[in-house]
Amino acid sequence: METVLGRYRNLIVLVGVLFLQVLGLAVQVKRIGDAQNTRLIRVWAVDAVTPLERVFIRVQNGAADLWHNYFYLRGVRAENRELKQQIEKMRLEQVRLNEDAEQAHRLQSLLAFKEQYIAKTVAAQVIGSCASDLSRCVYIDKGSNDEIKPDMAVITVNGIVGKILKVYDSSSQVLMINDQSSGVGVLLEKSRLQGVLRGTGNGELMLERVMSDESVSPGENVVSSGGDQIFPKGLPAGTVTSVKPGREMFLSIKVKPAADLNRVEEVLVVTERQEREPAVEETGVRVRAADILAKRLPSVPDKPPSPAPVKAGTGSGTAAPNAAANPKAQSTSTAVAKTGASGKPAVAPIQSPSMPTDGFPVKTNAEASATPLADTTSASKPTPSASEPSPAMKAATPPANPAPANTTDEPH
Amino acid sequence: MNLTSVPITYTSGEQIEVYRFSVPVTIGVPLLAIFFQAFVPRRLPFFSIFDFPLLVTIFFAMARRNPITGLLTGAAIGLVQDMLGPYPIGIYGIAKTVVGYGASSLGSKLDVENAGARLLVTLGFYLVHQAVFFTVARGMVNLNMNWSWSHDLLAGVANAMVGTVLYFALDRFKQRA
Repeated sequence: METVLGRYRNLIVLVGVLFLQVLGLAVQVKRIGDAQNTRLIRVWAVDAVTPLERVFIRVQNGAADLWHNYFYLRGVRAENRELKQQIEKMRLEQVRLNEDAEQAHRLQSLLAFKEQYIAKTVAAQVIGSCASDLSRCVYIDKGSNDEIKPDMAVITVNGIVGKILKVYDSSSQVLMINDQSSGVGVLLEKSRLQGVLRGTGNGELMLERVMSDESVSPGENVVSSGGDQIFPKGLPAGTVTSVKPGREMFLSIKVKPAADLNRVEEVLVVTERQEREPAVEETGVRVRAADILAKRLPSVPDKPPSPAPVKAGTGSGTAAPNAAANPKAQSTSTAVAKTGASGKPAVAPIQSPSMPTDGFPVKTNAEASATPLADTTSASKPTPSASEPSPAMKAATPPANPAPANTTDEPH
Repeated sequence: MNLTSVPITYTSGEQIEVYRFSVPVTIGVPLLAIFFQAFVPRRLPFFSIFDFPLLVTIFFAMARRNPITGLLTGAAIGLVQDMLGPYPIGIYGIAKTVVGYGASSLGSKLDVENAGARLLVTLGFYLVHQAVFFTVARGMVNLNMNWSWSHDLLAGVANAMVGTVLYFALDRFKQRA
């Protein structure tokens, strides 16, 4: 017996060590679903390595800062001038975009959309990787001391990077979106098709769950859909690079990540998100969607007051101003406007005050405001904008003389 | 013949020498390799093709020529490498245990002191490492991996070349047992 043991000692030790590791691996694989269960051995390993990496990063950054901020300042003046010009251009662009955003928010608020806002982020620095070509993960220099928690989104200004997988005191492990165990709910920006962005074994990104009969073209942007409850909606995820027929009934879509995942150095961890309805205006006044639509629709210039005002409720378009001023009358007039008092379509009688000379039917402000809104408000619960006229409407519709009121729109 | 006069790098098959290393080198070099593996590819992504912990495992195993020491060294280095990753601990551990055992067994039978032998041995053990790693990762942990001969051969050659240079640098730390 001793001879056998002595003769095969090396092999026995090998088998023993392998057996122990396989056993350990099997135990872990069973528990792989429990993301919160961080083993102490991992904590020790990370705590031993990350301080060293942190020191290296600081020394490297210190040297780089010293060089870039104090010595290498060639061309800074010219660059500063260019940047100032760029800021001016961007300010103009911002004004335009703000206007569009305000309008979009107003429309969203009318539909009771709730948006998720990134309320708070923590900037962190990448200090190392997972020392493996198999996994795509990095370590950042912020941990539970900085209120980092598992499953928080990690982003850069270019796009999404990954999510927090494990949190230690002063560092965290980030699972990047191109890891094969990662999955992000996304949608294609133009076609609005939903899918799941997954990593592959060699670090590429594939968009899955898009049916093969859908049309997806290379170059289309992919943004987060918010469906995974990790990434807020609308963050850039990548760009479609190739589309091929895949297995079963789905397309095989390759995506180039928006953020350079191989060279990411600084990231933002989304530590707090807020879900709220979009703010309408600074004054808090809600403008009805119908008002906005009406402003955009073509209208005729002002006419002098008509000597014979048309009475409300007779099926003419002039009923609308009263309707706007009085919700009860509004619903009544809407019904009338839809069917007409005599059962005829409502558009037909609107001729005398607002019909141009060529006979082309023009929707007026009041008409437009009455028709679509009444449909929504009558079917659903009344909103403040539906139950009482908005100040904007009050300003646009003189209460005393209803006849010419619907022609007061400025031509667009 | 005076054994102390035999140059370390020209040991013949009949006169296979067993080496040992000081404690700081035994601990420091593998840790440095793991740190290098975690740190450098972030700055230079191309470096992710190299597996420095594997090269160090092969070097120590071949120099000590003791299968038990070799497999334990491989297991320790692999397990530490596993601890830094998000996947279950043991995938690299098993692969490097096998490599440590194989390299030390080979080292005790063949002369692996010259550059050509080291190049071939490193290439061979890199492929063995990848094969074991692939089998465990796919078979046990159910990771989605694809075997690519072209990539692994290219990476094997690259690792063998770097390893050959690295071994000659690490030869300085050898001490005769």
